[in-house]
Amino acid sequence: MGDRSRLCSVWLGSETGILKGVSLSRKQAFNFCNMSHLSREQEVRALCWGDPAESELLVGSVDGSVKTFSVEKGSFTETRRCGDPADGCFSGLAVLSGSALVTCVESGTVRVWREDSGEPVTELHAGKNVSRMRQSPVHRHKVGTGGKENGLKIWDLEKPEQPVFTAKNLRDDWLDLRQPYWVRDLAFIPDSDRVVTCSGYHQVHVFDPSTPQRRPVLQLSFGEYPLTALSLAPGGNTVVVGNTHGQVAMLDLRTGLVCGALKGLSGGVRGLQCHPSQPVVASCGLDRFLRIHSLDDRRLQHKVYLKSRLNCLLLASRDPEDKGTVDGICQEVKEEDEEEDEVWDTMERVGDTGEQMKRKSTEEEEGEQQQKKKSKMKRKKGQD
Amino acid sequence: MDITEVPVSQDIKSKKSKNKKTKKKRVSPEGAAKKSGADQEEVEVKMEKTEAEAAFPPTFSVSEIKNKQRRHLMFMKLKQEKRKQKIQLKKKKKKEREALGDKAPPKEVPKTIENQRVYDETTVDPEDEEVRFDEGTDEFSAYFNGLTNPKVLITTSDRPRGRTVKFCEQLATVIPNAHVYYRRGLALKRIIPQCIARNFTYLMVINEDRKVPNGLVLCHLPDGPTAHFKVSSVRLRKEMKRRGKDPTEHFPEVILNNFSTRLGHSIGRLFAALFPQDPQFVGRQVATFHNQRDFIFFRFHRYIFKNEKKVGIQELGPRFTLKLRSLQKGTFDSKFGEYEWVLKRHEMDACRRKFQL
Repeated sequence: MGDRSRLCSVWLGSETGILKGVSLSRKQAFNFCNMSHLSREQEVRALCWGDPAESELLVGSVDGSVKTFSVEKGSFTETRRCGDPADGCFSGLAVLSGSALVTCVESGTVRVWREDSGEPVTELHAGKNVSRMRQSPVHRHKVGTGGKENGLKIWDLEKPEQPVFTAKNLRDDWLDLRQPYWVRDLAFIPDSDRVVTCSGYHQVHVFDPSTPQRRPVLQLSFGEYPLTALSLAPGGNTVVVGNTHGQVAMLDLRTGLVCGALKGLSGGVRGLQCHPSQPVVASCGLDRFLRIHSLDDRRLQHKVYLKSRLNCLLLASRDPEDKGTVDGICQEVKEEDEEEDEVWDTMERVGDTGEQMKRKSTEEEEGEQQQKKKSKMKRKKGQD
Repeated sequence: MDITEVPVSQDIKSKKSKNKKTKKKRVSPEGAAKKSGADQEEVEVKMEKTEAEAAFPPTFSVSEIKNKQRRHLMFMKLKQEKRKQKIQLKKKKKKEREALGDKAPPKEVPKTIENQRVYDETTVDPEDEEVRFDEGTDEFSAYFNGLTNPKVLITTSDRPRGRTVKFCEQLATVIPNAHVYYRRGLALKRIIPQCIARNFTYLMVINEDRKVPNGLVLCHLPDGPTAHFKVSSVRLRKEMKRRGKDPTEHFPEVILNNFSTRLGHSIGRLFAALFPQDPQFVGRQVATFHNQRDFIFFRFHRYIFKNEKKVGIQELGPRFTLKLRSLQKGTFDSKFGEYEWVLKRHEMDACRRKFQL
């Protein structure tokens, strides 16, 4: 199990309670679960990394327990009870420095748990119907919450009495009617205080807590169906949003225009994440597929059928196309490369022009392979 | 200056001379043709005779003939010739087969877009534990475990007219325990809680456009899913040829054909749960949902065993065709509901050999 789990670069939580790992380089998917004890109560609602080195995964399930999954060992090591299932299921999960755990449930209670104690250290109420809680990647004690008729609130977990920032609802429309409000997902924009949210009324808002304005500083809309998931692209200037009909688009936060749609999805989007360094975005949802699109040319790169409806998704920060880091596997892969070379050598040469073309291509490939080998060697050295 | 000009003029002259030569050359065949102008008719006659033997240059095509009548004539001849050849080839093959007798190679299966279907990775493997668990605990599990009995409410869009009303009535005779209600302008989202309170397991809404039924919303209660179909080619009982007597009240058997993918399985289960689980074989009635190229054909038959080998069937009607538009999780909510599958035209049906169900 350990070998398998170390290969995986994408992790998904399904509605049937199975944790799934996908290795894109080897085009394989694994189930990490005891298949004889499946139950709907273990439906995975939230996923996050347990430590910065990404050796542990935290899995939040519907019955109110948070399980720790060790990537090294490839098995669940620990189960913690975090709150009552009657409060509703998890809408967010995060880890603070010093191995403290932050949970948020749909009824709006945000709790901070220390390692050993059974009672929460801090507890705060973020209002009713919280759809999502997210942690700021830079200031780890800052979290944002939002939900249905419950605007964006940014909390400092060290000072839990008052939110740092509370968003104001949009201005009444031209008929003086109140605008409905429903934050479905949010993300912190790095290198600034700004927060981007997507709403159930097909809008994307950008809030800026550093200014006195509490209403959104930028408002854009996409499509006509509720937006369910959002993810910031590595640059921080574009945001990828997905809706309940499986339409995914990239929006530019500077101009407020759609800069491209990602095609191929057939069901509603539940999870969306951009890779922190590579220009790829992974999406999963009710159509039971994991899809990986390139952000550069918006082409579908991978499509994996995973048999259950998928709720959430987590990417490892290493290169998703990366081969495994274990030495033995490296060797295996190398052998495969050599076999490929043999194949190329034994292949017949068709004609003059064809030959030239082929030579070129083989040369290029060889160059690539050499580069790969070099990089592998480097990695080995690094490990040593 | 003069010195420089001279060679240029020479060049031009030389070019001219060349042109003249070429012109002459070109002219000569034309002239020959003019000379043999009297022969032209003869040539044409010959052409007619020999066109089957491809007396024309290889690039000749019938469409190049400018005279319409002539073109038509030639085309007809071309077609006849082709057909003759085809029949000859067929006869030859048949003779060969007969000569070979038992040793004849097996007949080739004709290529259709169904048997050339692109492999779908979601095709359900009955051995698969995960899919079995997923299906075993889904919204229909209560029905398939025998905990609930189906009870169906059939209604229409507002103010139904013409065929839609009759279609509803006939559907209600096909589906046991179905109740037809007048819509009375009620919103579906307000009907659903009332239906749940009265233990209905299905809500079926037939939409009409200009007196013709064209849509079907099938909502499983109490917690979804909801499927939206396009309805076409509805044939009511009255319009049916050689139809049997009106169906009896026995529970019919249900046949579900070709629902092979994961989505197809969900749709198949949705249809299966419409009918009670234990069919009454005394009634000898069968309802068939046949999926072919993503179109679902509904037929309702009565059968009879004539002897050990022969079975007679008699169609009872109505018949109609469904095509899935969307499958939504949860009860009907077209605005905020999450869709499990949505038909995206031009994106999904770009490949004609790819099927969703």
